[in-house]
Amino acid sequence: MTDTLPPEPAAATLTSAPPAREGSSGRAVEWLAKLGPLIGLVFVFALFSVLVGERFYRTDNIRIILEQTVIIAVAALGMTLIIISGGIDLSVGSAIAVVTVVVAEMLNRGYGGPLSALGGIGSGAIMGLLIGVLITRLKLAPFIITLGAWGAYRGLARGIANEQSVNVQLDIIPAWMKGFLRLGSESKWMVFPSGVYVTLILAILMALVLRYTRFGRHVFAIGSNENTARLCGVHVDRTKILLYTLAGVMTGLAGLMSFSYITQGDPNGSAGTELDIIAAVVIGGASLSGGQGTILGTLTGAVFLTTIANGCTKMGWPNWVQLIATGAIIIVAAALDRLRHRRS
Amino acid sequence: MTQSQTQNAVSLKMSGIRKRFGATIALDGVDLEVAGGEVLALVGENGAGKSTLMKTLAGVHAPDSGQMLLGDQGYLPRSPLDARHRGVAMIYQELSLAPHLSVMENILLGMEPMRGPLMRWGEIRRRTEDALRQVGRPDIRPDEIVGRLSIAEQQLVEIGRAVAVGCRVLVLDEPTSSLTQRDIALLFDLVRRLRSQGLAIIYISHFLEEVKAISDRFTVLRDGKSVGGGRTADVPADKIVSMMVGRDVKDLYPRSPRSPGPVLLELIDVTGRGGKPLSASLQLRAGEVVGIAGLVGAGRTELLQTIFGLRDVASGRIRVGTFNDRAGPSQRLAQGVGLLSEDRKTEGLALNLSIADNLTLSKMGPIVRPAQQDTESRRWIKELAVRCRSPWQPIGDLSGGNQQKIAIARLLHHDVDVLLLDEPTRGIDVGAKALIYQVIDRLAASGKAVLMVSSYLPELLGTCDRIAVMCRGVLGPARPVAETNEHRIMLEATGTHPELDVPHLRPQEQSR
Repeated sequence: MTDTLPPEPAAATLTSAPPAREGSSGRAVEWLAKLGPLIGLVFVFALFSVLVGERFYRTDNIRIILEQTVIIAVAALGMTLIIISGGIDLSVGSAIAVVTVVVAEMLNRGYGGPLSALGGIGSGAIMGLLIGVLITRLKLAPFIITLGAWGAYRGLARGIANEQSVNVQLDIIPAWMKGFLRLGSESKWMVFPSGVYVTLILAILMALVLRYTRFGRHVFAIGSNENTARLCGVHVDRTKILLYTLAGVMTGLAGLMSFSYITQGDPNGSAGTELDIIAAVVIGGASLSGGQGTILGTLTGAVFLTTIANGCTKMGWPNWVQLIATGAIIIVAAALDRLRHRRS
Repeated sequence: MTQSQTQNAVSLKMSGIRKRFGATIALDGVDLEVAGGEVLALVGENGAGKSTLMKTLAGVHAPDSGQMLLGDQGYLPRSPLDARHRGVAMIYQELSLAPHLSVMENILLGMEPMRGPLMRWGEIRRRTEDALRQVGRPDIRPDEIVGRLSIAEQQLVEIGRAVAVGCRVLVLDEPTSSLTQRDIALLFDLVRRLRSQGLAIIYISHFLEEVKAISDRFTVLRDGKSVGGGRTADVPADKIVSMMVGRDVKDLYPRSPRSPGPVLLELIDVTGRGGKPLSASLQLRAGEVVGIAGLVGAGRTELLQTIFGLRDVASGRIRVGTFNDRAGPSQRLAQGVGLLSEDRKTEGLALNLSIADNLTLSKMGPIVRPAQQDTESRRWIKELAVRCRSPWQPIGDLSGGNQQKIAIARLLHHDVDVLLLDEPTRGIDVGAKALIYQVIDRLAASGKAVLMVSSYLPELLGTCDRIAVMCRGVLGPARPVAETNEHRIMLEATGTHPELDVPHLRPQEQSR
């Protein structure tokens, strides 16, 4: 068959299935479901705005919320990729700690801002690459490999840092690095610190990669059905290694942001962050069984988490309320997602 | 066997059953009757309402209206458990066993005889042995782990479970779809034995040969209505097909003039890793369709996978056009070879991705343009009359036939020259089958080469130019269809055991 089959009307009439349902109502439901996390976020935001008042919705509080979101959000961009491919990465929190330590050590040894930043991002990439290689070579579940890496990378951070926080003189940290999550008085015109914009740009890039590149579609295909991907000539192992490396780059960036905020290498920091990151992706509508997930959803999920934390603090509610609320939201989000799939 | 089931024989009558899901009328007044000691075949295309009807019978769905009688009592099960208590058991296509538990734990699952909090293992074993004896397999050990049994044995365990609860109406939904011919023959023996014990048996199948072989009467469903039925022996198969489709199916297997060209694919004594295939030699020419027949497990799927590079070649050579090297799937695709998987769910399709992604997956440039994907998908959707809302609908929403059309469209879209089709019409309705036969014929006429594995012999004889038989990993010579027939193929497929001749595949004049 070079081009087209000659038309064959008999074939069309042979199928006796009822005509497929056409209409706008189905599409509306689809859109509603897609925007579900966003609607939830708007609702929670409105709720706190009413409960707390102006202190909650004024610009400098929104800035705080976004600043607090950046680290989780950047790492969650990588995690989205991983979860869409049907994998998981439990080692992110430990890897972020490694990155902060690497950046701090490099600054202290006089490598300067740009090189130290690249070193941090590069160490993130290498840690991701290693996970990708182990998963594809040993053919073990990502959960197992990254559970191991969760411990090993934490150990690595402590080893590099010699079991202590790596303090860095504030004056050897370049201003642009310090400015990721802090808005200096001279740059008020930016409204938000640069980290927020970096996150947005990364998010847009990642969304474009997922939708408009072969690599992105292959990530979806692998997560949906690895055998199909193989059948269609997808280089499954190569794609997986690449995606874990790319996620590692995101982890590196998140680590860099984390360093810029705490201005020290903290080998014990970011413990448990991996679960917040996974939570952001899941609230955003990604499926842990793979093949599903969006960048917009992930960003929404990340902002959702910090909005709740911030709102609870502003209300003067104790931390345990916030923990319970966050936990409940994760479960509700996943349940709603399931409901939507059962409907369709 | 502790009690004779004959005394429990009971008839089942369903009349005027209606069921609607939202706007869709699934059942529109179905009548069905089956007596104890009788096998009723329920036939119809996919989507005709067979499974909805059986789920109504099994207590999964409640009918909107209509009446069901079990013996002379009204029957309206509230749940599958309720149905089971009343003696109605279903064996689904997808077996519902716990693979990690033993045979006896499975057979008495949910009704374990207890003494206080303790299981009465002796009693459990005794009842399991009874049930296994009744299904004719006393050799299966009660404490064997179910996951280690073959599919056929697992199916028997499931039937054994139905027998153990004292079922009186047994529904078998496409029970042979994953069985070898030999196991099919054994299953048929069992069905006949259960019939003689007074069970009322409803047998659902796509395969009319099976229906002819096993059933006493048949009922045809079409568009949610019962449109006909009768004594199976009195009605020829093509008449039944006409009832199913609602019109005469003539020229189901079209055959345009074909002129074989150069050899596109050559296998020279190919052995795969693990001995499947053991030895395969074949020349496939442009413009011809070659079929591979054989029993399940003969290594036919493995042969196609080896050619396509999904499995390693242990020895021998595969030549594709001018390419002589070993290659993986992506290289084979680049060389113009495509494989249609026999298993849409676990291999063929990414079910929660869109039609468009599934269709274009093998042929994506570094940058993917959704608008282009949309145009390309719409073209194939139109070309192959795929029923769907839009190219962006998850492919899992479509019926089996429409899914299969997209799986084939992927190869057409890739414009491969050699098509390896593994069971291309498995589990799809007659309409979609007819379309696929047309596609295959036009592919051959336009100079493509098709290598097709099928367990459905009429289909192979209808579409192929030559047929080779595979037996225990060895591929036999490809003979022109004119020089072979179903009987010969089955003899060759069963290898050294011509006595394993399967009754329902004997030439027509011998059956009934």
